[in-house]
Amino acid sequence: MSHPTPQQLADQARAALKRIGPGCPALKPKERLAIPPQPMPAQDPQSRRRNLREVALGYTPEQARLEALRCWQCKNAACVAGCPVCINIPGFIQAIVEGDFQRSVDIIKEVSLLPAVCGRVCPQEGQCQLTCTVGKALKDVNQAVSIGRLERFVADWEREQGRVQVPPVKPATGRKVAVVGSGPAGITVAADVRREGHTVTIFEAFHKPGGVMVYGIPEFRLPKVIVQKEVETLEQMGVKIHLNFVVGRTRKLLDQLEQDGFDAMFIGVGAGLPKFMNIPGENLVGVFSANEYLTRANLMRAYDFERADTPIFRSTRVAVLGGGNVAMDAARMAVRLGAQEVHLVYRRTEVEMPARVEEVAHAKEEGVIFHILQNAKRILGDAAGRVTGMECLRYELGAPDASGRRRPVEIPGSEFVMDVDTVICAIGNEANPLLRQTTAGLVHNKWGNIVTDENQKTSLDGVYAGGDIVLGAATVILAMGQGRVAAAAINQRLAAQDRPKVLPLEGAENPEISI
Amino acid sequence: MNRILKKTQLSDDVFQLRVAAPLIAAERKPGQFVILQLDSDFGERIPLTIADADAGEGSITLIFQVVGKTTHRLADLHEGDCIVNLLGPLGQPTHIAKFGTVVAVGGGIGVAPLYPITQALRQAGNRIIIIMGARTQRLLILEREMRALADEFILCTDDGSCGRKALVTEPLKELCARVPKPDLVVAIGPPVMMKFCAETTRPFGVPIVVSLNTIMVDGTGMCGGCRVTVGGVTRFVCVDGPEFDGHQVDFDNMMQRLSAYKKLEDHAYDQCHLEQEIKRQQEAAS
Repeated sequence: MSHPTPQQLADQARAALKRIGPGCPALKPKERLAIPPQPMPAQDPQSRRRNLREVALGYTPEQARLEALRCWQCKNAACVAGCPVCINIPGFIQAIVEGDFQRSVDIIKEVSLLPAVCGRVCPQEGQCQLTCTVGKALKDVNQAVSIGRLERFVADWEREQGRVQVPPVKPATGRKVAVVGSGPAGITVAADVRREGHTVTIFEAFHKPGGVMVYGIPEFRLPKVIVQKEVETLEQMGVKIHLNFVVGRTRKLLDQLEQDGFDAMFIGVGAGLPKFMNIPGENLVGVFSANEYLTRANLMRAYDFERADTPIFRSTRVAVLGGGNVAMDAARMAVRLGAQEVHLVYRRTEVEMPARVEEVAHAKEEGVIFHILQNAKRILGDAAGRVTGMECLRYELGAPDASGRRRPVEIPGSEFVMDVDTVICAIGNEANPLLRQTTAGLVHNKWGNIVTDENQKTSLDGVYAGGDIVLGAATVILAMGQGRVAAAAINQRLAAQDRPKVLPLEGAENPEISI
Repeated sequence: MNRILKKTQLSDDVFQLRVAAPLIAAERKPGQFVILQLDSDFGERIPLTIADADAGEGSITLIFQVVGKTTHRLADLHEGDCIVNLLGPLGQPTHIAKFGTVVAVGGGIGVAPLYPITQALRQAGNRIIIIMGARTQRLLILEREMRALADEFILCTDDGSCGRKALVTEPLKELCARVPKPDLVVAIGPPVMMKFCAETTRPFGVPIVVSLNTIMVDGTGMCGGCRVTVGGVTRFVCVDGPEFDGHQVDFDNMMQRLSAYKKLEDHAYDQCHLEQEIKRQQEAAS
């Protein structure tokens, strides 16, 4: 399969743009449909199998303009309805057409705090691009306007140009807010609450901030420098980050609320408890949760065999169980760590895979072998307790289940053994029990997820929650969306409270405060 | 942050550090542990039990044996140095109650986590019988402190260099055969010791609690690397433990899991040791 080089794609885009002409040509819908969808330039599959660098390289300005010209600028903007945070998509795309990239990114940032992240990891084909009129006209969601790639383009442009502005912070109010967890939900809340002049402290259990964006999503899909930049911006706004602090253990949440002077708290701790299959052999040596495998590789940098102290299993033949983005990440990481064969085992078909289309395509290009309609039945080991194989069953699709997806039904007697030395479970996460075990009165549902109202408020007064700990395992954009709602509610709550709480010394740290 | 206030060498390869960690000191309870890391970029995260704490001073005491690269480096730190990352207290605290007669069995470095648990059990009004064991006399730690907690104290070494020449299971069996038999055994030490303590108590129907020290990354339930099979069910040592019913733990599986990275770990340790030796020789030469 020929893989177009970034240079070829850039040249093609430049030539196509020349034919269309400069400025903002008034194109008819048909002419827009004729513009070829712009593929994402990517590292060559053969070379990227052995490096951790980002796979998708991003559009050139010409590609971005050309892709932006494909947008019909529909009045009803079906794409906006598909976006969990309702970004003004036609607006930011039109700004790209006009070459005003700064305005474009500003439009996105009116509602989304992390465009460089979301442009990379959002499941666009199930959201904004699913409802895109261009995709509908071409009868192929994969030919919709690449909204995510355009979002990424302007966010990267802003960062690379050194134009990222630290958002202004209002004068200190003397109110204190604690944010538990520094993932996408926590970062969003911290920024939005800090903007109103409240003191914000983020408590993070790990030794680095960023949550799943740092420990889970690999460098080759989301470079850590992007997350770092977002965290730096927060710090420049005056948000304090307390690392190595696990709320519920280092300090109880209610003690922080009642004794440490926090006026409100936001819980954004993520899902954080890996599910296993509950099959025999699951605790053999060589069976990992994707969380563990990816955390070792990403956060602990175990991919750097020479320098990292954290070991990672040196596998020859790997099976990854699951069909989501995490499964793709684990499989592709195993490829990069030197496995000779990586098998992805999924009990439904590719249509039902929750992973982004691009990740599935990238995994295949990198040589991951897909086994659909199969599932592990038990894991086999030797006398030393190390994995020697995995017995699988074949499945067929039955009637749709509660999720609307056709339920996989096992085919009796279809057992066979897959010869592997490593099994990685990427079948999702449950709610981490730590906080609910140590916080009396925090209501959760039967799955352990924290229950909130429409303002993300929990059963405890002044305590809000959002992201995966509320949603179950979801996405960065949904976590961010809930963070925005929670932050608005917290800001409203604090504004409504009697003022002024005597300004503490912290106010002096805020340069904008005038006495 | 996390400054080392005092460093003491307890035996050849066992060290005690008193570390400034006011938040952990205030919250920790017997049975809990910390995770530490010596380099934010490339360091590994290792769990260590909290041997003692002084909430007034805001310090915790860590006791560790040099077994790998990170503990090797930890032993190289001096008073005044800082532990870059220290997270805790983690795990479920020990269930402390008045059980009656409790036998506390400590093997080797396992005496370190056993000490605060025994202290709390004594304070709760239990009669305390302590069995302390080590391969040889110079590997015994906290002997004086443990003696002070015991109504009855039994010392054994594998080589007979001190106390009884026996494995800890020998006196444990004798105690279980007594009438009335002990109400509870708490055993902490090498996995193989805990396994055989569990086997010793089983026929007598004496309940036994063991504290497991498995491989961990985050220590908060996120990775599942620490999982063990307890009563046929998968449990996480970091959030469900570290203490479990010793009769239910699949020790063989746990020991296999502990050796998952053995080769890589041994290599890293050797490298680290070699580097340190070279450094030492260079310093001596200059």
